[in-house]
Parts: sequence; C-alpha cells; structure tokens
Amino acid sequence: MVAETTSVEKLKRSIDRRRYMDRIFYILFLLSTLVSTAALIIIFATLGLESFGFFAHVSIVEFLTSTKWTVLFAEKHFGVLPLLNATILTSLIAIAVAAPLGVMIALFLSEYASANTRSVVKPLVETLAGIPTVVYGYFALYFVTPNLLKPLWEGLQLHNALAVGLMIGVLIIPIVASISDDAMAAVPADLRLAAYAVGSRKSDVALRVVLPAALSGVSASIILAFARAMGETMIAAIAGGFRSILTFNIGESMQTMTAYIAQVATGDAPHGTIEYQSLFAVGLFLLVITAVLNYIGIRVVRRWAIKY
Amino acid sequence: MAIESYNQLLRDYVELGKEEMADISGPEVVRVENLRVDYGGKTAIDGINISFKRNNITAIIGPSGCGKSTLLRSINRMNDLIPGAKVTGKVYFNGIDIYSRDVDPVFIRSRIGMVFQRPNPFPFSIFDNVAFGLRVNGFKLSKSELYEKVKDALVKAALWDEVKDRLDKHAYSLSGGQQQRLCIARALAVDPEVLLLDEPTVSLDPISTARIESLLRSIKDEYTIIIVTHNMLQAARVSDYTAVMMPDENMVGRIIEFGETRQIFTNPRDKRTEDYISGRIG
Repeated sequence: MVAETTSVEKLKRSIDRRRYMDRIFYILFLLSTLVSTAALIIIFATLGLESFGFFAHVSIVEFLTSTKWTVLFAEKHFGVLPLLNATILTSLIAIAVAAPLGVMIALFLSEYASANTRSVVKPLVETLAGIPTVVYGYFALYFVTPNLLKPLWEGLQLHNALAVGLMIGVLIIPIVASISDDAMAAVPADLRLAAYAVGSRKSDVALRVVLPAALSGVSASIILAFARAMGETMIAAIAGGFRSILTFNIGESMQTMTAYIAQVATGDAPHGTIEYQSLFAVGLFLLVITAVLNYIGIRVVRRWAIKY
Repeated sequence: MAIESYNQLLRDYVELGKEEMADISGPEVVRVENLRVDYGGKTAIDGINISFKRNNITAIIGPSGCGKSTLLRSINRMNDLIPGAKVTGKVYFNGIDIYSRDVDPVFIRSRIGMVFQRPNPFPFSIFDNVAFGLRVNGFKLSKSELYEKVKDALVKAALWDEVKDRLDKHAYSLSGGQQQRLCIARALAVDPEVLLLDEPTVSLDPISTARIESLLRSIKDEYTIIIVTHNMLQAARVSDYTAVMMPDENMVGRIIEFGETRQIFTNPRDKRTEDYISGRIG
C-alpha cells in the first residue's frame, strides 16, 4: 500500500514537471517572437516620435517640395527632394544593371545550366550579396571611378552617383537572380514540353514560355531589389559623397537619404537639435517608401505562388 | 507550304547515305525499325518494329509501364529532352531517319506534333496559345492570315464555336476538356503531318472524352494520328490499327501484336492480347 502511494506520487511529480517544462518552452518561444515584433514597433515608434519633433518645426509641405536640403548649414532649408533624387537615381542605375543581368542569370540557371553547373554557379552568384557593402564602397571609389569610368568620362567627379549605382547594381544582382530563378523553377515542366512539341528552340522556351509564365515572380524580384537598393548605405556614403544638391547629372557627387543619415549619425549633432531630429524624419520617410515597395513585392510573389 | 516542300527541306538538311534512306513509296509515314530506348542504362523498350500509315489512326495499348509513351516520344525525338535517354535503331519519317546526325530535332517536332496526358495550355490567352507554334516557327503571317490559321485550328479541334467570342480570355478560364482541345488546336496550328497523342483523355470526363474521340475521327483524313491509351474501348472506338505492348520478363516493353483494330479485338493471335483486352491482365 505504502509502495503504491509512493509510485503514484512519483508519477504525479513527473507529470507536473513535464507540464511545467512545456509551459516554459512555450513562453521562451513566444518571447523570442515578441522580441522581433517589439523591435519593429520600437523602431517605428522612435522614428515617429523624433520625427514628430522635426515636423513641429518644419512643415510637411516644405519637407516634400523644397529643393534645398541645407540642414547642416547656418541658413537652413528642409527639402528632402535632393536626397530623394539621389536615392532614386542611384537605385535606378542599380536596377538598370541588376534587372537584365539577374533575369538572364536566372534564365541560364533554370533553362540552360546542367544540375552540376547550377550547383556551382548559384552559390557563387549568391556570394555577391554576402560581400560586406563597405568593400563595394571603396571598390567603387578607388577602382570603378578612376580605372573604369574616368577614362570614358572626362568630367566625372571623384564621388559620383554613377559608380554608386553600378556597385549597388552588382550587390542586388543575386536578389533578382535568386527570386526570378525560384519563379522560373515553379513553371510546370509540362509547359516546356508543350512548347518543344510544336517546334520551339530552347531560346523560344526560355523567352516565350518560361519568362512570361514567371513574370510576376520576376517583377517581384525587381521590386524587392529596388527596395534593397534604396536602403543601401555604405556604398552611397563612401562613393557618393555628402553633397546634398538637386542635380540630375549622375557624374556628380550627390547625397542619398541613407548617406545623410550616416553622416549625421556619425557626426556630433546634439540630442534634441533640429539636425538630430532631421535624421529620424529622413529615416522614417525611407522606411515608409521601402516598406510600401516590400509590401507590393511580397503581394506580387504571393500571386505567382498560387497560380499553378 | 505543301507537304512536299517540307519534305524537300528535310532532305536538304540530310546528306543521305543509302542506308539512311528507306523506301518511301506507299502509305507509310513513319516506320520504326529495331528501336530500343534506354533510360540511364535501363532498357525501357526493345526490338520495336512498326509502321504507321498515312491518314489512319493507330492506337498503342498496353498496361502501365509497358513503354507506350516511350515509343511515342521516340517518334518526334521528345526523348532527347530526357537526361540519360539513349535511342538506338531507326525511326523513318517520310523515308528519312530522324535520328541521323544532320536532322534537326526541332524541325522534326514542328512536323510531328504532340498532345500530352494532362491539358497543358500556356498561361496566355486562348488566341496566343494557338498562335504560339506559328510564331516560334517563324511563319511570316499578316494579322489576318494569323487569325485565319488560329481559327482553322480551333475549328478542327471542335472548339471554335465555344471560344470564338472570347479568344482574348485566359486559357485557364476553360474547362479541362476545352483546355485539352485547345492543346490539340495548338498542335494542329503549325500544320504537322503526324499528331501524337499520349493518353489525351486520361484526366477527362466521359463527355469530354467522346468529343475528343469524334474530333480525332473528323481530322484523320488530313493527318496521321498515333494515340497511346490504356483505355481499350477507346482504342476500339477510334483506331484503324492497334499495337499491343507488353513488358517481357525483364520489364522491357515490346510489341506483342499489331494489326487492324477489328482483328485485334475480335480475333487476337496472341494469347496475352486476348487476356489483356478481356481484362484478365493489366
């Protein structure tokens, strides 16, 4: 009788202990998830709060329409357009490089490469995204501009948007190539056979069947790559310079939104000043733009994912 | 372009040695001699000898895994697309060995079209699906000529009346049976001589199946049709000739009997054919 009671007691303790452990794991996993969500909320809240201080001094209309950004000078203008212009110009150059190259790499990987070639080339292409961006930055400044671009373009400045855009373009090739390749891999093999059976050549299959069938995935890859280009900081800060002037000459130095943030954040703008607050306003603006682009990109990816 | 000029074109590409040229007089369009296909070292079919007559429907029947589809894919060199596939023996198309070195498999496929088990329209409009083959084959057509060719193909595929008002609609808006007829129209649009069908109704309901069978009978005067099916009643309904395939003891597919469909179904010579068509095996 006594022995039975002990064993029942033992069993009960064991069950209690395991129930307790189960609970602990649940809380642990939940907390980990909350940390990342909380990080996002805190970032948005901080940016919003500090920007609120900025927009108490500066009207949104001036921020969005004035063509001068002279926050760090004595006579202050608060038009974000020069920064936005530099960001968009460099990103457009980057996309002009990465979209065609990335799509062609994806077509090569999915339609032409053997399994062996693919297993070597794909990781190699993806390595491009793993190179520290600071390396791209000084490569643009000390190699691309003087050795590649300067011989072709006399009037090129040492810091210029062109080199920045080109290097960001190389950086984001893997984004386009990898997502486009996934989209092409999702095109049913049936469609390729159907194309071959009416007398298509490989290039017909690639360009007239696979590419159109994967178009939403390819578009999404380009949108996501563009968002990444807009957020790129190191290359723009190192090779683009700190000249916040509205110009469309890509051979000139111009400051992107990210480069401005990097400049102010690494400088000594005192807490609470308008210079300090401007950093958050620009950051919030950039975050909103890239968030919208990411949202559109993800929506487009989803549409393609359920198509077949 | 007339069939004769296509065949001349085909001959122009091939430097004909005597052994490559078979007798092309007579009604044979396709002749298969001693065909053997291996996939990655494993023999799928072997010792295949069969010929297909112009403007006839020939059915290839047999249990799953007997190599029916493999044989079919050998006739328009679709096996080339399967890594590790090796074809030995001869396949003559209008007297030309399509596996001889100078023959362009892409050109062969534009002359010998194919329809697959499951409808596989492109994710384009109905019109663009049918026009696809015309475009990739570089036909120089005006807009109205293109329209006429597309219409022709859709009429032959018995789909025109159902889609004539919505040619710009997405192909996926069609039902499964309509999609399969669209695929037949797509194959017919490039005006092939031979049409290969690999179990084309296996995923369709009986009504859609009946429509496809009747359209095949209605176009056989213009094409040579080879249809793989494991529906024996379908073979009996649509075909003029029937080949029965069966795996041997090493699981290598072979033709065990070939003849007029009526004879195969009423008076089979091979005991295994009799067992198969009466449902005792397969």
